[in-house]
Amino acid sequence: MGRLITVDDLKKHYPVSRSLKEMVNGERPAVRALDGVSFELEERESIGLLGESGCGKTTTGRLILKLEEPTSGSVTVDGQPIARLKGKALKEFRKQAQLVFQNPFDALNPRLTMEQSLSEPLINAGAPKAEFSDRIAAVMKQARLPRIKEVLPKYPHQLSGGQLQRIVLARALILGPRFIVADEPVSMLDVSVRADILNLMRDIQRESSLSAIYISHDLALVRYVAKRTLVMYLGRIVEDGPTEEIVLRPQHPYTKALIAAVPVPRVDQDRGPLPIKGNVPDARRPPSGCRFHDRCPIAIARCSVEDPALLPSAPGHRVACHLVAKA
Amino acid sequence: MAHVAEASAPEDAAAEPRVGALGRIMRALRLPRGDFFATTGLIIYAVFLITALLADVIRPHDPLEILFSDDGQLLANAPPSLTYPLGTTNLGRDIFSQLVVGTRAALIVGVTAAIVVAAIGTLIGLISGFFGGWIDNGLMRLADVALGIPFLPFTIVLSSFIGASTWTIVMAIALLLWPNTARVIRSQVLTVRERAFVEAARVSGSSPWRILFVHVAPNILPLTFLYGSIAIGWAILTEASISFLGFGPSDVVSWGYMLQDAYGSQALSRGSFNWFVPPGVCIVLVVVAGFFVSRGYEELLFPKLKD
Repeated sequence: MGRLITVDDLKKHYPVSRSLKEMVNGERPAVRALDGVSFELEERESIGLLGESGCGKTTTGRLILKLEEPTSGSVTVDGQPIARLKGKALKEFRKQAQLVFQNPFDALNPRLTMEQSLSEPLINAGAPKAEFSDRIAAVMKQARLPRIKEVLPKYPHQLSGGQLQRIVLARALILGPRFIVADEPVSMLDVSVRADILNLMRDIQRESSLSAIYISHDLALVRYVAKRTLVMYLGRIVEDGPTEEIVLRPQHPYTKALIAAVPVPRVDQDRGPLPIKGNVPDARRPPSGCRFHDRCPIAIARCSVEDPALLPSAPGHRVACHLVAKA
Repeated sequence: MAHVAEASAPEDAAAEPRVGALGRIMRALRLPRGDFFATTGLIIYAVFLITALLADVIRPHDPLEILFSDDGQLLANAPPSLTYPLGTTNLGRDIFSQLVVGTRAALIVGVTAAIVVAAIGTLIGLISGFFGGWIDNGLMRLADVALGIPFLPFTIVLSSFIGASTWTIVMAIALLLWPNTARVIRSQVLTVRERAFVEAARVSGSSPWRILFVHVAPNILPLTFLYGSIAIGWAILTEASISFLGFGPSDVVSWGYMLQDAYGSQALSRGSFNWFVPPGVCIVLVVVAGFFVSRGYEELLFPKLKD
């Protein structure tokens, strides 16, 4: 297995409008959506990006797909930095990297039939017209969409969320990509079809040597589909390790809190108070030192001064915390 | 909001797979159906359209022919009768024939101006909203300039410079009316381009122009038709005003021309209602029809307005 994606010190700051005082002081405030993220993805590997809203997980996905340009840092796919891709090379990259959307009701053009939507990638890739119907049929079979003839002439509003998400998935797969980014792929679906879609994605990954990045706030989902998990907080990765390790033996206090917050399917559960309080701080003015120190139950004086690096705590496990023993 | 509007057209397509040519045209234009006002507007348009097409058959006389009675007398200011349904002018011309032929001028100006306005406005709105940046800034400042020019004086000046003709009037309307359409289309593009399917098109490798015309533009189309139908009314009104003020083409009979003729020969003080009321009513009808149809588009676009 080779290295597929290398993300190196990726940063994305969104400028926000300045107040008069900030203009006078010459400050340029920005939302630090992503503030120095590095990780690697091997071929055929699937990882989960876990974190609450606003932690930068979606931004990471969009930067990897070159839907946005990073403020600094780089993404390398297959040894090629994607920042410089243009024209033909960019088109080639678009064939390799695909996105599965959160909201299937919005991800398909309401004016196009399913057949037209599925043909779009083929047209853009310059595939011969004669192949279209065969390739569409093949990918729909792969996405387990029955009654192909009935579905193809329909418009998005005539189909159910589950069907639409299968079409979205089929559209992502039709060019045979190397990896997909799935941004909350089931959060808009009924609970009853979630498992179907997740099983399908797992099967497809197994069948077609696909790498995947699952972006979610849902620990159960990530545990189900991803062998490795990156936990993000306020634009940083705080913990990176095998999913089972993270679920069973979380190291970072934030991860511990996340896991403590997972609801237990029992009505009269008794559970202790959450180990952390408060809200995620303003991403325009992240706390000094460790970004979690103001909410951390075990923070010490050092945490508010020194920013902890993401260091190995065990083989294949990295944690960004001063208080976790280093391997 | 937008995708509610989109929903209705394909749904109809599925419900009634066999429709005639008329139905297909109706669907291509996304004409609003089922709404009382919109239907009334469409019927008024249809009547005027048929009149304009068959004008040469319907009109009993040449609109500019000077008529004489059997005993050789000039038929000036004749009251309405069977042979002259609306009577004659002070120069003995048949008013009904003028009214019928005037439909043509009104519709030609109205429809061509509306098409040009909708086309320019949509194109500029699409490009401005989609590409943003300095392109957007440049085009929108141009729109501000065009909006700042007073309408009638500009048309009059243009007419006196390049000659009074139907096309001068169409050009003046096109030059000054596109910013309204462009601004609204632009703002709609700003919301549509943020939707996930546009991103999906990018991920699948579509070029910006393909995204603009295949994915964004079709979702804006009802708005184009809305502004087109409003522009028809404006154009006809402008043509009538210009002709009434005497800056219109002197060889084309239009409703504005009739009104000017009537005004100039003191038809009002003589109480020749049969002369100046009919063209006035026709102008009102066509303009109102335009607003009725646009109301229908409005409800197609913003279904929540109904409540």
